Parts: sequence; C-alpha cells; structure tokens
Amino acid sequence: MTAHQTSLDFSRNAARAQADADLQSALEKLQRDTRLARPVITGRLPEFEALRDRAVEIKNHTLAHLGHYLEAFEANVVAAGGNVHWCEDAAGARETILKICRDAGARTVGKGKSMVSEEIALNDYLIANGLEVVETDLGEYILQLREETPSHVVMPAIHLKKEQIATTFRDHHTELDPARPLDEPGDMTEEARIKLREKFLAADIGITGANMLIAETGSIVVVTNEGNGDLTQTLPRVHIVIAAIEKVVPRIDDALSILRILARSATGQEITCYTTFATGPKRRDDLDGPEEFHLILLDNGRTKLLDGEFRDVLRCIRCGACQSACPVYGAVGGHAYGGVYGGPIGAVLTPALDGIDRAWPLPEASSFCGSCEAVCPMRIPLPGLMRRWRDVAHTRKLNKPGARRGLALWAWAVRRPMLYRFGARLAIAALGTFGRRRGYLRMVLFAGGWTASRDLPAPEGGTFIDRWQKERRGKESA
Amino acid sequence: MTARDNILGRIRAAAGRPADSGAPPPAYAGTPLIPARATGTRAELTARFIAMATEAAVTIDRVDVPGDVGAAIAAWLTAEGLGRDLVVAPDPALDVCGLNDGHGFTIRRGAATGGDRISVTPARAGIAETGSLMVTAGPGTPYTLNFLPETHIAVLHADRIVGGYEDAWATIRPNGETGAALPRTVTLITGPSRSSDIERTVTIGVHGPKRLHIVLIGKADGEDT
Repeated sequence: MTAHQTSLDFSRNAARAQADADLQSALEKLQRDTRLARPVITGRLPEFEALRDRAVEIKNHTLAHLGHYLEAFEANVVAAGGNVHWCEDAAGARETILKICRDAGARTVGKGKSMVSEEIALNDYLIANGLEVVETDLGEYILQLREETPSHVVMPAIHLKKEQIATTFRDHHTELDPARPLDEPGDMTEEARIKLREKFLAADIGITGANMLIAETGSIVVVTNEGNGDLTQTLPRVHIVIAAIEKVVPRIDDALSILRILARSATGQEITCYTTFATGPKRRDDLDGPEEFHLILLDNGRTKLLDGEFRDVLRCIRCGACQSACPVYGAVGGHAYGGVYGGPIGAVLTPALDGIDRAWPLPEASSFCGSCEAVCPMRIPLPGLMRRWRDVAHTRKLNKPGARRGLALWAWAVRRPMLYRFGARLAIAALGTFGRRRGYLRMVLFAGGWTASRDLPAPEGGTFIDRWQKERRGKESA
Repeated sequence: MTARDNILGRIRAAAGRPADSGAPPPAYAGTPLIPARATGTRAELTARFIAMATEAAVTIDRVDVPGDVGAAIAAWLTAEGLGRDLVVAPDPALDVCGLNDGHGFTIRRGAATGGDRISVTPARAGIAETGSLMVTAGPGTPYTLNFLPETHIAVLHADRIVGGYEDAWATIRPNGETGAALPRTVTLITGPSRSSDIERTVTIGVHGPKRLHIVLIGKADGEDT
C-alpha cells in the first residue's frame, strides 16, 4: 500500500492517509509525545542552544573544505587497513557493493538501518542478484516483512499499530506456535531477537550506514539503541559501510559535540545506548571483528548542492526532529511524500535528489509554521528552502495552472498600488458586509476546501493602509 | 576520470579552490564547548555517573577492592536468578577479581559466541555526563562480549570515572592516535539494549544485552564512607 506512492501524487496520498484511522492514531501519539518531551530534553542540557550553534559551525567549516576532509578521511581509513570506494550515484554504489559481496563469495547479508541504502534501493538490487538480505533494526525488519519503506528517519515503523505487526509476525514466522501470545511490544521484540540472532550469526557480510565519518582518525560513527549495528559490523567476515560525502567531520571532538545534540533531537535521549567509533578491520591480535572493511563514499547529488542556495541542507544529520514536529507530517505521515525522506527534510531534499519536476508538490505541503526550523539541531532554514523550491517550480511552470494564474493576477495588481488598494477596499467591504452579523463567513466562493471544515473570520474596518493613514492624520491633527 | 576525480573535482569547483589546498584549523577549535555537567570534583563526577547510569536502567554494585568483585557478581547473579556460566574477557586486569574464589562459576576466557548468556568485561572509562561506559576492542577485550550475551557485567575502577566524552577519549589517544593505532572499535555504552520501534513503547533487550550491571571498584577521592 505504501511502497509505491510517488511525490507527484502527494494530494491523493495525503487524502488517503487522512482516511486511515490506524495511521492517524499513531501520528497523534507521535505528536503528543514530541510536544511533551521537547522542554524536558532541551531543558536538561543548558548548553543545548550553544551546542546547536557549534554544530552549525562544524558543518559549515567542513563543507567549506570538504575535499580536504574527504581525502584526509580516506587516507586514515587506508592507513587502518580499510578500503574506500568513491561512487557518484546509486547505480555505481549498488554495483560496487555487489562486487564486494561476490568477491567474498557471500550468500547472506545482515543490514543495519541506513537511510542512504534506501536512497539507492540497495536491498532490492542485492536480492535480485541472488543474495539473501536481512534488515536487523527491529523497525526495518518489520517493514522488510511487510514490503514497506520507512516512514520516519529514526522511527521507521511509526505508522504501524502493534496489532498490525503481530499479524505480520504470525504470517511470516509460521514455524512458531500460532497460539503464542503477541499482544505486547515486548512479546514481538523477543520473537524478533530470536529470529534475527540466527541471521546475525550466519551472515557473510554486514552492511551499515554511518552517522558520521571522522577525517582525523578515519573512523566511522554508528549509533543505535538496539545493538544491531554493532552485531552487524562485528560478526560477519566483511563489513561494508555506506555513507554520503556530507557525513564527514574534521575531528573526534567535533563528532562528540554533534553526539550531544543528535539523540536528544531524534528520540529525546541523552545519548543512544550504543555509540561506536570503528576504524578499519580487525587488528592482528583481536579475537573478533571483520577481516575486511569497505567504505562506500557516495555523492548521489550532494556535490551539485554545494555551491547553491540549498547547501544548508547538507548539514542534516538525519535526526528526524523536523518530521516529528511538523503538523503536515503529523497529518499525513511519511509515506505520502513518496520519496525516501518524508516531512520538511523530504520536502527540501527529495526535489534535490529526484528532481523538482518529480517532486514539486512536496514544498507546497507546508503551512510555514516554522516548527521544523525551530527544532532542527543544525538550524537548516527548511521553510526558506521550501519557499525557494516553490519559486523554482513556479518559474518552470510545474505547479498547477490555476495557482500560477492566480499568482500572476495578484502580481499584476500588486504592481499597481492605486488599483490594488481599491481592490483590497472592495474585497474587505464585501467580506465585511457578508460577515457583519456573525463576524465570520461560513463559505467563500471558490474556497469550499477551506471553509468545509472551518469558518473564515470576516475583516472589520478598512485595509491596513487606510487605517494607518487615518490614524496618522488623527495624530497630526491632535 | 575516476568517480573519485569527478567528485573531488566538483567539490573543488564549488569551493573555488585548487586541489591539495589544505584546510585552516576550524575557527572554533580553540574554544571547546564542554557542558557544565561534565565537570566537577571526582566525588561529584562519581555521583553523577551513578545517577545517570541508573537512569539509563543500569544496575551498579560497589566493592572496595578488586578481589571482592567475584563475590559481588555471585551475589548479584543469585539475586537475579541467573546462572553461573561466565564468558570472561581475557584481559589480565580481571585475573585479580576473585572470580575463581569458590563461587561456583564455570569460566571460559575469550570472545563471545551465540550461546553465551553472561559476560564479564573490564570498562575503559565511566563518563559522568551521561552515565556511559567506554569499552574498546582489543586482544584482551573482544568486542562481541559487549553485545551477544543477555547479561553484560562490566568491571570499572572508580578512578576511571571522568567528566565528559572528551576526557574519556583523551585516555585512549594520548598522542592523537589515528587509523590503525586506534583500537578497532571504541564504544560508548549507555544502558542495556532497547527499542521503541513498536508504538514508541520502550522495550529492553532487543539484540544486545537485556541487563547491564556495573561492579564499581573503590571510591573516588572525597567520596563519603
């Protein structure tokens, strides 16, 4: 139901999402929890705002010297015995990963949660090429069984009710007693633990993402709460990391600063249960760890954002705070956005990754309330960037002809002040007359969609300019 | 042209800089931003470490000397109704912890396998600001011990408790080690494994340990009793 929605169908997707009672109750819970948690998580660390500023400085400095830091990172990975594979796009990354798997004679792959692997649709490709791929993050495992995509960056299965998940487990884990209890999240977690433990131990290859890459040491940082990222990067003989180029930071200390705001923004935790800095393959005398360490360094459209107005979006650390806080995401969920990333970050990133012609409705899906920018730990000006995309879409005539004609008419009028003021006076007088008795309008011509669920307050008095002039005249004569 | 050349070429074109131009040190590097709660006297940091770890669902036992660790572990395992089969890190630091002093343990030293239920490892540091343990992979400290068993018992000396993440890192990079000079993994562990993936309900023990128990040896300077 969800895997094949497209960004261009946003309106239809949204309508369907709003009619889905299960989804609506899940989203309401997310929004309620997020509102309650925010003052607690920010209040406990008085340095939180200063750390956000620091994180912005770190990323801006890194992006300004990105080539230098990527080369330094690469040199340190190689010095630790690892391999770095630069890949320009999704196809290049998929082929490189498949070749590493083939060279290792691999049959099974255990996978940690990675949004960038969603970006390049890695699982489908590896499975089509004969490998068994198992997602090991609990949420991602559930989605893999259901053939769905993640609907939130850090809470991938947030759109599902526990009853739906129980049904999925009964449908897939058919060798288990059908009468077993699966009423509580704990029952299902235990079942997944047992099922996935077999997979961890059997996997030939472990694939993880990386939350950060550290130039000065050649380390990758992987944060998880479940510990699946750690088992994935330790038990198999080969560890493949896939990371986009904007994940690099200069120093260990920079990574530590960002860690102080990452989990806090993502889930309201002080820090995730497991934060692992991994550097290269197993050392000679180590008793465990992978024999091979491969790092896929992926561009996939990032470099073309570097010198333009969308560069700020490259600061994103994929915490999902903008999604949890967004009223539009809260009304329709992540799948309605069609792309890999839903919510405000998706509305800015998907047009950049997929092309504005394939994603123009996403930046339209905003009330410009500013919640996303207010919570973004990296202070990405998401509403401003959505506005820029609207501008691009309008210039390229991608948005609806009706909207373009309306805007053209308004632009024509606003450049003729006398006419515009006359029109505004006329409109206010008309609305004021219709709304006089109650103070609001039950319906407005051509705006049934707006007034179907609410009334429009009717204006009182004249236009702003009229009132301002009147008041000034009053002051002067006094 | 390789993908590497193309990507770096586009980056340099965007930045308007030639290849091989280094980066100046970050302007902010001279002013580290360390939270106040990562600072304090040793006694304050120890108290904060215990409070924050407890909040993260860690249980903590205290003993005066290393030789008492074995007895403390035995008593805790009995109270929790857990077994006596231990997989213990080969690190010699654990040789003096009294694990063989007649507590009925069956002990194997080495890396963990899928069947191990209880592990005992040393911890490199305790970090007060979030109650986190720092553990590193090495010949004496196999990484799997921290993740495969259902119960992880970590042994920590009170004098290894530090304020912030930076302080803990300083202990493993005294000379700014990079690449192969670092342990393969450096992990901050904060509480047992957990997930909120099903309806945002917190469940403990997903893939990693269901219990994280710390045996803290000794007292910090200035701590009472």
